[in-house]
Amino acid sequence: MIEVVRSGLLTTVQDLGRPGYAHLGVARSGALDAPALIRANRLVGNPDGAAGLETTLTGITFRADVRTTVAVTGARSPVRVDSEPVPFGAAFGVASGSVVEVGSAESGVRAYVAFAGGVSVAPVLGSRSTDTLSGLGPPPLRPGFVLPLGRSSPDAPGPPAPGDADSSTEPAAGEAVIRLRFGPRHDWFSVTARDALLESPYTLSVKSNRVGARLSGTTLSRAVGGELPSEGLVLGAIQVPADGQPLVFLADHPTTGGYPVVGVVDAADLPLLAQARPGTTVRFASWT
Amino acid sequence: MMAVTQDKPRGAATMRVRPVGANALLLEVDDPPAWFTELWRLRAGGQLPAEDIVPGARTVLLDGLPDPGAAAELVRGLAPPAPTDPGGTASALEIPVAYDGEDLPAVAELWGTDTRGVVERLATTELRVAFCGFTPGWAYLSGLPPELAVPRLPTPRSRVPAGAVGLADAYAGIYPTASPGGWRLVGRADVSLFDPDRDPPALLTPGTRVRLPDRART
Repeated sequence: MIEVVRSGLLTTVQDLGRPGYAHLGVARSGALDAPALIRANRLVGNPDGAAGLETTLTGITFRADVRTTVAVTGARSPVRVDSEPVPFGAAFGVASGSVVEVGSAESGVRAYVAFAGGVSVAPVLGSRSTDTLSGLGPPPLRPGFVLPLGRSSPDAPGPPAPGDADSSTEPAAGEAVIRLRFGPRHDWFSVTARDALLESPYTLSVKSNRVGARLSGTTLSRAVGGELPSEGLVLGAIQVPADGQPLVFLADHPTTGGYPVVGVVDAADLPLLAQARPGTTVRFASWT
Repeated sequence: MMAVTQDKPRGAATMRVRPVGANALLLEVDDPPAWFTELWRLRAGGQLPAEDIVPGARTVLLDGLPDPGAAAELVRGLAPPAPTDPGGTASALEIPVAYDGEDLPAVAELWGTDTRGVVERLATTELRVAFCGFTPGWAYLSGLPPELAVPRLPTPRSRVPAGAVGLADAYAGIYPTASPGGWRLVGRADVSLFDPDRDPPALLTPGTRVRLPDRART
């Protein structure tokens, strides 16, 4: 078990989510920077889909009530065990009773904390992820929360794949280039708007969250007026609401929506958006 | 709308297939719930490896396709599924409603009738789950004619209780949990719409036929 001492801005339990229930209005959820969670899991010898913690900007502090192995990946952050620094992006042992502190991120937004055996709260519809939109899964962590850990596999920690530990998905130099495919409703927008989406820079808004990365910049004008009958949404859909400012749907996105989707972001680029800080410049590039 | 679909000879309906990113397709179809049922059957039979099949108001989304090209070819070759028979033999799910919603008078005015007329209409119309969304367990219930469409409230209520029955556009819906909401409230139902420990977790799945009888009369 671990006990939360300081929960940070927003820390949730995340695994790879619960796809397969979108027809019932259930979002997929799961780690926003899934490759980072997978790296952390591999470092401690877990299967890729084991549940860990996703922090937001300011990290987390917790006390381990058992001896365990931990790894922190994602947003580069100082990590300390009983005030002694330990390496980021590598597995380290924690004695029972030790306090682990993941400090504020030096870059990026979301750090991932994996424990050998994974966080073993009860799964909901096959996943332990918190869905911040609907409230499914465990609630966001608060000080005093106790989380059970699963039994680790006997040969943990496994060796990380080459280059795994150091790889990072943070946007370089305050600018993220995101690849998109136009459609399904690109024809609801003027050619000027489609050009503007590719040519003008957008800024990541502070209103971004696990539901979506909200962008501000050139208003995308519509070629077709009126309302779009609600239709299914995919992860990475770039929806354009009435104000013409695009938003990219992330893991906790609604399953259907009535605003046109001008394009879809390449899944490989979603971690960049998950790790981009508010104010980051976002540029879109066409990708086929 | 139902009659138009039924009268169409099989194979005559046109389907437009729109690519969505690298692994999904959006199918524009005449009868999304019927297509949903058909595509779900194909997936269960191993012919359609989709991770999610999501009906919308006029579409069905196939998401998580390993090979969208092959899936597009498969669905283009399908005959339109037979529409779900509104007067079919299987009985519709009955959810009794206490018709005492605060927007009943406003809906009556929009419909050009009195509140009794609204209740009578809602209690006797067979509805069908067209699609889900908004929140787990929320179902958009179709079956009201387009001329009875009502606009959403100009300012949504900050809190609508669980079980509230509302109208928006030509849809009816029941709030699974307390939440903000802009639908016009006509009544209350005492029903568990979503329970993750149930299989399926949602009571109202796409294609399900539903009746909302007046609780005062049952």
